[in-house]
Amino acid sequence: MSKGVAITGMGIISAIGNNVIENYTSLVSGQSGISKISHIDTIHADEIMVGEIKTSNTEFEQQLNLSENSFSRSPILGIIAAKEALAQANILDINDYKTGLISSTTVGGMDKSEQYFYEYFESKNHWQHINGLHAGDSTQKIADAIGLKESFVTTISTACSSAANAIMLGARMIKSGKLDRVIVGGTDALSKFTINGFKTLMILSDTYNTPFDDNRKGLNLGEAAAFLILESDAIIEKENREVLAYVKGYGNSNDAFHQTASSENGDGAVLAMEKALKIAGLKPEDIDYVNAHGTATPNNDLSEGRAMLRIFGEGKVPEFSSTKAYTGHTLAVAGGVEAIYAVLALQNNCIYPNLNFKTPMKEFDLQPQTAVKEKELKHVLSNSFGFGGNCSTLIISKEA
Amino acid sequence: MSKFVYINGVGSVSVQKTFDNSEFLNEITSYTDTVASVINPDYKAYIPPAQARRMAKGIKMSTVSSQTALQEAGLKNVDAIIVGTGLGCIGDSEKFVGDIIDNNEQFLTPTRFIQSSHNTVAGQIALGIACKGYNFTYVHAAVSFESSLTDAKMQLENDEAKHILVGGVDEMVKHHVNSHRLIGHIKNEPVDSTKLLECKTEGSVMGEGSHFFVLSNQKQESTYAELVAVECYNTITKENLSKKITSFLNENHTSIEAIDLIVLGNNGDVNYDGYYEDLSSGIFKNTPQVYFKHLSAEYDTASGFAFWLAAKILKTQSVPNVVKLNQLETLNPKNILIYNQYRGENHSLVLLRKC
Repeated sequence: MSKGVAITGMGIISAIGNNVIENYTSLVSGQSGISKISHIDTIHADEIMVGEIKTSNTEFEQQLNLSENSFSRSPILGIIAAKEALAQANILDINDYKTGLISSTTVGGMDKSEQYFYEYFESKNHWQHINGLHAGDSTQKIADAIGLKESFVTTISTACSSAANAIMLGARMIKSGKLDRVIVGGTDALSKFTINGFKTLMILSDTYNTPFDDNRKGLNLGEAAAFLILESDAIIEKENREVLAYVKGYGNSNDAFHQTASSENGDGAVLAMEKALKIAGLKPEDIDYVNAHGTATPNNDLSEGRAMLRIFGEGKVPEFSSTKAYTGHTLAVAGGVEAIYAVLALQNNCIYPNLNFKTPMKEFDLQPQTAVKEKELKHVLSNSFGFGGNCSTLIISKEA
Repeated sequence: MSKFVYINGVGSVSVQKTFDNSEFLNEITSYTDTVASVINPDYKAYIPPAQARRMAKGIKMSTVSSQTALQEAGLKNVDAIIVGTGLGCIGDSEKFVGDIIDNNEQFLTPTRFIQSSHNTVAGQIALGIACKGYNFTYVHAAVSFESSLTDAKMQLENDEAKHILVGGVDEMVKHHVNSHRLIGHIKNEPVDSTKLLECKTEGSVMGEGSHFFVLSNQKQESTYAELVAVECYNTITKENLSKKITSFLNENHTSIEAIDLIVLGNNGDVNYDGYYEDLSSGIFKNTPQVYFKHLSAEYDTASGFAFWLAAKILKTQSVPNVVKLNQLETLNPKNILIYNQYRGENHSLVLLRKC
């Protein structure tokens, strides 16, 4: 059994709160963040619901002392979450240990690019956003904002499993001694690009998303940023750090089935969960709670449900829920948001309800947890799956 | 004891004729332009034409370069696929954005959106060879490819994988070129590629390409070189660069004197080539020097071309005249260091050794 990697700080901003405490309060009080869209002007506004962060860019710019319209929304959200994580870990000098930053995003600066796509050639008013499109730009802005220099800084984009993979890479780099400390997570803002993209795939629900429900109609897109601080045992000891939880297991595999759909029996998901259990040195029955990917699309929930049945066995699936009904599907960040929710679950011995669930699916006998439940938790398993067949699983544990 | 990492197969599709592994820069194409497009291999030999028509250029190039690398390494499948790409299939992203605006968010089809995902190339390769293993995509500008190398090297050293397909790919498309020309990232005046470093204008000549490699922790007949070390740095000041490189070499138990050849990423941008010039006339002034961006042009994963070049030099033990930056000769190159950065950010150091 390999030792887990310590988590010493967390920061998050999502539709259910601008920091960790607000997010937790919403989770345990069943407060969903799904609403009509207000910040993006789209013709689909009346037919979709989203997990939108209500604070405007202008308000964030004032909070961060940024000049008006200098950054797209993804780096802004990312800076807020990364700073909260560093503050919680009580890190005053980011460069005092060999520190890395591994972020993730799917849209990068698309919210601005789609706004000024043609305008760039008519006026120079918004040229500051031209180089902000590429995915790495948001990460570089976060690195600058936290003062990280001469360091390993990279960005992962594996669609909806991105942040889970950032956490996985960070844990592996700490274990291999490549880094002493690493900030891992991701940031994704809502954009017309993703709204219309998912619309063409016909997997957007016109109402509140209902994970694992037989009548589920699809997902609600969301926006969020989430970062965790991982630190080596040497730092924990030397700095006498409080450890929040441990990244105990991780697994990544590819479904190799279809560019956007998951295989019917969840082959990739099964492989990812198996690998994560193996790395953690745990058996399926050691898992106390599964925070499912549960996007509420017909395809995902069926495939993931079957995969859970294959891993845990008929009648032996532990309590599980999807928190997508709270936050919407935050794309690249989903795995980061849910890793933080897993840590909070462990800290509070609390399982969150899967909101909006009414009717069990016909295909199998699986019912998510529908009310807040107190339970002694030791190991939480969190799934994230994405386009391109990407399947990732993390296991977050109370003990190393 | 950690394992050694070897390059056992290479594949390149670039703005030079590099797709044939039996050649090594035998024919050079020079450009007088601000952009350079890839020299297409015979895609039909790799992809059914009906499929190829719908495919993004990045996927097509990568199908050829990844298959070339796998074939040379004698493999049908691998334990992991790791791809670096600064912009992903940016052509599909641009078209989808254009369609959204032109049609006021109506009458859209999913194909472009699906292909626009940054991990499309890694996903398509996995689908093509039915690889259910680890699948990652790094999208961090000029260190996208080096991030992939870092990840692969860690897995092979720890014996978490035996064979990994690692690559870097970027395609060049219109809106990106035109918009980046506005802000001076791409040159406004055409440059003769044979005189790239003499132009002294701002911006670079934009190109495209796809480079894939099979990295393994076992040496074999087809082995090109050993990958000794790779490091990425988000920033380095010019003042600190020599010190940083010296300590990188020390950490890897080598020295400036032991470097037989340095590969530098000069791209003819008067504002940023100073980083390289400081090294050429400073700590590496007695070291044979080569450059490559007059052949590859500039893009986020152009350093894949440098990695390919260094691997070929070590395997063939010959340095093509066309890449030489100074007069110093190396007859038996053993250690090659690659240094690259883009616009003063995202620096990388890669150390390769002859086996």
